[in-house]
Amino acid sequence: MQFSGRKRKKMRLTGDQRNVCYPHSLQFTWSHLLKAYLDRVESLAIDRVKLLKAVENLGVSYVKGTEPYQSKLENEIRKLKFSFRENLENEYEPRRKDHISHFILRLAYCQSEDLRRWFIQQEMDLLRFRFSILPKDKIQNFLKDSHLHFEAISDEEKSVREPEILASSPSLSGSKMELELESVYKIPFADALDLFRGRKVYLEGGFAYVPLKDIVAIVLNEFRAKLSKALALTARSLPAVQSDERLQPLLNHLSHSYTGQDYSTQKNAGKISLDQIDSLSTKSFPPCMRQLHKALRENHHLRHGGRMQYGLFLKGIGLTLEQALQFWKQEFIRGKMDPDKFDKGYSYNIRHSFGKEGKRTDYTPFSCMKIILTNPPSHGDYHGCPFRHSDPELLKQKLQSYKISPGGIQQILDLVKGTHYQVACQKYFEMIHNVDDCGFSLSHPNQFFFESQRILSGNKDIRKESIQPETPQPKPSVQKAKDASSALACLNSSLEMDMEGLEDYFSE
Amino acid sequence: METFDPAELPELLKLYYRRLFPYAQYYRWLNYGGVIKNYFQHREFSFTLKDDIYIRYQSFNNQSDLEKEMQKMNPYKIDIGAVYSHRPNQHNTVKLGAFQAQEKELVFDIDMTDYDDVRRCCSSADICSKCWTLMTMAIHIIDRALKEDFGFKHRLWVYSGRRGVHCWVCDESVRKLSSAVRSGIVEYLSLVKGGQDVKKKVHLSEKIHPFVSKSINIIKKYFEEYALVDQDILENKESWDKILALVPETIHEKLQQNFQKYHNSLQRWEYLKKAISWQDNTKNDKCGPLLEWEIMLQYCFPRLDINVSKGINHLLKSPFSVHPKTGRISVPIDLQKVDQFDPFTVPTISSICHELDAISINDEGKEGNEAESDIKHRTRDYKKTSLAPYIKVFEQFLENLDKSRKGELLKKSDLQKDF
Repeated sequence: MQFSGRKRKKMRLTGDQRNVCYPHSLQFTWSHLLKAYLDRVESLAIDRVKLLKAVENLGVSYVKGTEPYQSKLENEIRKLKFSFRENLENEYEPRRKDHISHFILRLAYCQSEDLRRWFIQQEMDLLRFRFSILPKDKIQNFLKDSHLHFEAISDEEKSVREPEILASSPSLSGSKMELELESVYKIPFADALDLFRGRKVYLEGGFAYVPLKDIVAIVLNEFRAKLSKALALTARSLPAVQSDERLQPLLNHLSHSYTGQDYSTQKNAGKISLDQIDSLSTKSFPPCMRQLHKALRENHHLRHGGRMQYGLFLKGIGLTLEQALQFWKQEFIRGKMDPDKFDKGYSYNIRHSFGKEGKRTDYTPFSCMKIILTNPPSHGDYHGCPFRHSDPELLKQKLQSYKISPGGIQQILDLVKGTHYQVACQKYFEMIHNVDDCGFSLSHPNQFFFESQRILSGNKDIRKESIQPETPQPKPSVQKAKDASSALACLNSSLEMDMEGLEDYFSE
Repeated sequence: METFDPAELPELLKLYYRRLFPYAQYYRWLNYGGVIKNYFQHREFSFTLKDDIYIRYQSFNNQSDLEKEMQKMNPYKIDIGAVYSHRPNQHNTVKLGAFQAQEKELVFDIDMTDYDDVRRCCSSADICSKCWTLMTMAIHIIDRALKEDFGFKHRLWVYSGRRGVHCWVCDESVRKLSSAVRSGIVEYLSLVKGGQDVKKKVHLSEKIHPFVSKSINIIKKYFEEYALVDQDILENKESWDKILALVPETIHEKLQQNFQKYHNSLQRWEYLKKAISWQDNTKNDKCGPLLEWEIMLQYCFPRLDINVSKGINHLLKSPFSVHPKTGRISVPIDLQKVDQFDPFTVPTISSICHELDAISINDEGKEGNEAESDIKHRTRDYKKTSLAPYIKVFEQFLENLDKSRKGELLKKSDLQKDF
């Protein structure tokens, strides 16, 4: 569920607040402090979700390890006040934040395969980054403290084996100079399985001689294995957590959390007229809404999941309640529905979603994360995310019917295969608007609409280098080196703290 | 040597298991010094009896129990499996899921049939002195890697009895290795990839891993005599066409023409090497020594069966087992004398039983008490047959295991300061 906007109060325990919290030397009950505690926990966890999302976005926008990736990721970490540098002062708070938030997110993200995979992937990328900026002299200590039995060999030992090491490690270019500068670690061969099985490392006497560049791969593998195991264990103890009414909503919200604009403010209310919707659906709607609209027009009906997803989207693009009622009624009547039946059964729900009935909560349109992760469609449903939920063959056909070029379709399918659903949607955006770079990081269907309208009304510089040719382009599956500045600008704006609603859970 | 008649097996095996099978050494091996409790008792054996009756999950309390059972059942074939969490012969009484294979030696099985695409003299179960060199090379290459790259110390190579060899790696740490690591080891040792539908099975990259270069150096020692003389791989058009399938099409015509000019494989191979080196370097096609090595490797490099090695619970033919079709005993191979090993001189069960009979006739009348003399006989019997040198090799292997174990115990007690 998504709730509408009251600004969240940030709870920080400053000096005098501390006294307010603990005015007495004795306690009868701690319940009044629970809220403050959970708020703090929530705030840490949400920051980490933002960080991991930034890791994900940067990871598909830039090649990992290159300069723009490294510096932008460092900025994100710094901004969110997490730990990243080994030799800075005052590292205690950021590290503690890292520590606590990681464990909370384990609780939230152990709950399904999809969530686990996503969590492990981003945590691994984060670890890889932090390891990459670790100063050489700190590496040995880190490895030792992590109980990874890696010893750096001496220069003599290295020079004796120089030709063999150079001939074995693909990550080394083959120059003696490079090897002289690089540390080489001696580890038991069984700990370097992924390296030795493909003969990518030199083995001698049961030890693998691993250059620093390759040690990362081993550290990450161990990390992945351990985290995966931990998440499985956590999931087993989850029922206990889930039965706690205070924690479960928080955890649910975290794993579905959307940390950007919620498109609920009715800035655009009334600016769209109903007869524009058909043409808008092909020009500016994301595929998920385009297919819902088409299904509605064809069947004169949509099931509940579709009505929610599409209805709230329409609200977000500016339909007023009156327009919405008219829109749905018109269409349902075409399907031979009795007007009275509509008034009785469906109009109530529409008014409810506008906050005019019952709890009077003004529901917010669904974000991409929410659509992708919750309530998957079944037979007869048209909601969900086509990139996530459609069979690749059907998706291909659909894209062909939308007149996307074969090259573009292939790129999209590759992204879908790599589970980069939102980036695939961005690609679709680029193809239908004929731009090289959409200039934003997609996380909400209404964002898609908004950006599309911007381009079509000429408010934005259209980066059009040439009309996309019809020839298929064998591009790699992940986009690399997109235009830096605009992507980051959009990333920044969408990461504004606007996480309302959570308070409602606790205030009820 | 006495010719082997499979029909005589029941009688021969009876004698073999009563008088010749080296139970003491065998137990000494699988008990591994008795350091871990019940290690022998939890070991699975499987027997193949007369008429192909196969029974699994056999296990024994001690050496004498093993002897009695083997003599009672007279197995045609004996396989060794894993050490389990419980006694295998009681596995049905264990709660579902609790009976697990825990440890086993790392084993390799190299079978001559896997080389049928590159040997011209024989096929399927047949072997001859011309193709046996493949096994010789395989042992040298694999053993070097196991010893030098992986640091494995206790490697027992055994003749399978018909068309191949087995290797048992018995180091303590190795017996504990996971299935994934075992697979990884086989992968490391593999270079020939592809089945019948793949023509070119070896592809080298510019960077040659030391394992590959060391293996090539071993093959080089045997290549001329094995491939160019014995196998005669460039003898005629039919045979050299197969080699041509492994080199770029651009030089096919040149090779076809010039091969006609030469008289034997040696000359043709020399020409082939030159032709390859004249290849244009800038094209995508490989050239120079890489291509030459790829051919040599495809014809000579060992081919391992990953399924035998990766499973902890996989059962493999036991050393000193008899091969029911050839009658040959699965004997250990002396690593110092690999090049001289000749599978056709390995004793068969009929030959050693015959030798035993000859001795008994001589000794008759010297001993009094039957039961006593039986045991005494056995401890000397095999020594007087052709089995003796092979048991010696086995004993040397056991000595090394013992020494290692003592060394480990000393180290441990030193650390604990137990003097």
